[in-house]
Amino acid sequence: MLKESIARVGNRTLQGVGRIGFAVRFFVAIMLHSGTAFRRFGLTIREMYFSGVQSLVIILVSGLFVGMVLGLQGYETLQTYGSEDALGILVAMSLVRELGPVVAALLFASRAGSAITAEIGLMKATEQLSAMEMMAVDPIARVVAPRFWAGVISMPLLAALFSAMGIFGGYLVGVQLIGVDEGSFWSQMQSAVDFERDILNGVIKSVVFGIAITTIALFEGYDAPPTAEGVSGATTRTVVTSSLTVLALDFVLTAFMFRGLS
Amino acid sequence: MNKTILDLWVGLFVIVGIAALLFLTLKVGSMNTVTNSDSYEVVARFENIGGLKARAPVKSAGVVVGRVAEVHFDNEVYEAAVTLRLDKRYAFPKDTSAAIMTSGLLGEQYIGLEAGGDSVKLKDKDRILITQDAVVLENLIGQFLYGNAQEGAQK
Repeated sequence: MLKESIARVGNRTLQGVGRIGFAVRFFVAIMLHSGTAFRRFGLTIREMYFSGVQSLVIILVSGLFVGMVLGLQGYETLQTYGSEDALGILVAMSLVRELGPVVAALLFASRAGSAITAEIGLMKATEQLSAMEMMAVDPIARVVAPRFWAGVISMPLLAALFSAMGIFGGYLVGVQLIGVDEGSFWSQMQSAVDFERDILNGVIKSVVFGIAITTIALFEGYDAPPTAEGVSGATTRTVVTSSLTVLALDFVLTAFMFRGLS
Repeated sequence: MNKTILDLWVGLFVIVGIAALLFLTLKVGSMNTVTNSDSYEVVARFENIGGLKARAPVKSAGVVVGRVAEVHFDNEVYEAAVTLRLDKRYAFPKDTSAAIMTSGLLGEQYIGLEAGGDSVKLKDKDRILITQDAVVLENLIGQFLYGNAQEGAQK
């Protein structure tokens, strides 16, 4: 009884380590086979349409609403200290540093990541990947790598659009609706937001999130059991794992970027 | 799906994305990070810098003319040595004074420069000799209480 449960723990651990090892080898394989994704850039553009362009609506609309809520809530709080002029700083800082990259990444994981996993899982289940191998076409170079690079390129653009849209939403609510002074809204924002510390770090964050999400999504799809149940389980795991990974990575990156560990 | 339409959409997406990034850098953030090429550095020593940090603004007459590049403790004179990186467009006389000020009651601290009357201008690696320390609120309250106590004793 005791022996069995200990053995079960051991088995789980070994499986987990094995999966991590497989994921790392998978990532290395993507890197090594990325040549095709750039030589035949049309493949990557096609995937950018599916993961980037088709995520635009959800990203833009969410960005607008998040910014509008920030404008309302920020005003309510700042007003009690009589510093509603700092609304621009609050909206811009929270979007550019945190909310832009993180919320855009979470939306991207559920909108595009799940689709990637389902597609690749189904390709595997219907043996399209094996068929490619039969025809001496490397599925990693032909199918996986273009999706990876499309995600990595799309993610920072989506995060930037989310932040810009959010700031516009905050401007709409703060300046147009509530009546915070427009001049101080923009000028205080400009003097407080720093290019290197805030914007560049936000972009770096979104690139890292893009790499993490697409790698997880592709790996889960590639590793999915070739059954209907297996694909659906893999899709769920993609969303859960990549969301948690994004949040955990965000903490680590923020600790390095803003706590001055350098 | 038609390939040209697909390319068009992706192109549009990339252009709009880059435009958003540009909007963030130019309109939201400020690219006025003074670089090494168009700036010069001067050093000012203070006995107490309060909460002054690197990257704090350096203002003269309320206008930002540079930033604090570095703050370190000078172990030879037991004072804080603050390196100011000033924009080349602004030249200050040699007898300019530097004071650590606070914007608002609880705002951030910055360095205020007040131009002197000397005809010789400050050069790179020069030192600002006249400085005024940060006002430490605790000392101020201490002095006030001490003054009150003395007044009470005299009565």
